Amino acid sequence: MGVGIEVTNLNAWYGANHTLQDINLPIPANHATALIGPSGCGKSTFVRCLNRMHETNPIARVTGSVRIGDMDIYADASPVEIRRRVGMVFQRPNPFPTMSIYDNVASGLKLNGYSNRRALDEIVERSLRNAALWDEVKDDLKKKSGASLSGGQQQRMCIARALAVDPEVLLMDEPASALDPVSTSKIEDLIFELKSQYTIVIVTHNMQQAARVAEKTGFFLNGRMVEFDSTHKIFTNPSDKRTEDYITGRFG
Amino acid sequence: MAVCAFSIFAIVILIATELVSQSQMSWSKVGFKFFYKFNVDPTTNLPLFWDPVNGDFYALPFLYGTLVSSLVALLIAVPLAIGVAIFLTEMSPRFLRGPLSFITELLAAIPSVVYGLWAIFVLVPLLREHINPIFIAVFNNPTTVKLFGWTGLVGEDGLFGGVNLGLGLLAAGVILAIMILPIIASLTREVMSAVPHSQREAALALGATRWEMIRIAVLRNARIGIVGSVILGLGRALGETMAVAMVIGNAAEIHRSLLSTGHSMASVIANEFSEATSDMHRSALIEIGLALFLVTILVNGLARLLVWAVTRGTPARVN
Repeated sequence: MGVGIEVTNLNAWYGANHTLQDINLPIPANHATALIGPSGCGKSTFVRCLNRMHETNPIARVTGSVRIGDMDIYADASPVEIRRRVGMVFQRPNPFPTMSIYDNVASGLKLNGYSNRRALDEIVERSLRNAALWDEVKDDLKKKSGASLSGGQQQRMCIARALAVDPEVLLMDEPASALDPVSTSKIEDLIFELKSQYTIVIVTHNMQQAARVAEKTGFFLNGRMVEFDSTHKIFTNPSDKRTEDYITGRFG
Repeated sequence: MAVCAFSIFAIVILIATELVSQSQMSWSKVGFKFFYKFNVDPTTNLPLFWDPVNGDFYALPFLYGTLVSSLVALLIAVPLAIGVAIFLTEMSPRFLRGPLSFITELLAAIPSVVYGLWAIFVLVPLLREHINPIFIAVFNNPTTVKLFGWTGLVGEDGLFGGVNLGLGLLAAGVILAIMILPIIASLTREVMSAVPHSQREAALALGATRWEMIRIAVLRNARIGIVGSVILGLGRALGETMAVAMVIGNAAEIHRSLLSTGHSMASVIANEFSEATSDMHRSALIEIGLALFLVTILVNGLARLLVWAVTRGTPARVN
């Protein structure tokens, strides 16, 4: 089951560049939350702070607190533990090209020390079913390389790979921006399915996508969060002028 | 320009035809037996491979010396080089990266005769006084012999049996290892930096520790290129002449012990060519040269192909 996320006074820097400023945000459990905003507004940096991927860049720095469930991820645990509870899907599909589809999906489990074959088989199948990819790949799970799939299939495989370790939160950083419309709509359907079981945070600069999949939407601009509310309210009756200008297409 | 380019081909072809025609005599007299046959000394009952005075010309000890010293070199250099490359690409702070890669590559620019001199004055005494005694104590003590005698690798007839001169196959292997380390390390580093950053992120986001990330995202993706750079290092080790000739001991014999003196294909040519008075001797040396030429061309070609396939071929689709 998913858990909620409570972000308090989050600040992030790349070198001297203050990319996130005083972000406060409650992300509800078992819902999809969309983050929108023009390029460079800090929304990707923000999700990368939720699984401590931000700090893999040596010049990056973070202050503030992020509570996922009952755990303060910057105080109570190591990045490795957190990333095993918070899955992530990237903008471009990044399968491991030397591994079969099966090994790709099982890679996170193997890192966790799983070795029981039958349990692995089961989890791989369940994850691929959850990612709506099972029927397309079940016949050559171990024969085909993960990189031999189409872009959309690769992305769904990466989702299956993230789901296989049974995370509580799933972060998606523009998961469909490199995909064609058909694959995009498959990914959106998938997010719709998955949000009952996982807390999903999705970064997108496609506003229709945010409106289709998310209950809550946050609007970022220049490293600050301008407005956070129900998706319906953001898109029909935003309280901030800048939000209104952005969603009506005056800039961005 | 075209002439310059074609002259490269012309040179390769000229070398090859010259080697073939000059080795004709040895080839027609001995044939393929050149590479495996030997005579037996009637008085001592020892095998006789190469005795220019009595006209024995069989090349097996040179093949053996080249092979063994190169393998010892790989055994030492490969783990070190991979360690260096991992440190340089994944762990070193940015300001150290430049200077360290520079020094690594600088090692490759030192003339091999200088390596040879250093080996004679520093490495050989070091091996003789301090390192070989450790191996001898470990490999030749009665307990080891009792436990592992069946392998044939321990005791007086084992890998570290015989007289400890310092010179020999082990010394040649160690100096070769130092010489091929920069090649393997710098190519491996290149192949590892060609692994897309997204691969590292994929592993980290799954909760991999830094070592797990290096294993599943970096080494796994770079493995073909690493094999390629190892083979390229092997190519260099097979053909290396001067430093080897200075420390291998120059004896056309075959012994199991790494402490024993030996000879390599390249070193015998360098040592004996100026003194080869008979036509047969000269022709036999050139045939060794021909064999070395073919082997190194094959090994290098294979290695380049592998490295090329990794650094430009595959990543397009994977991003």
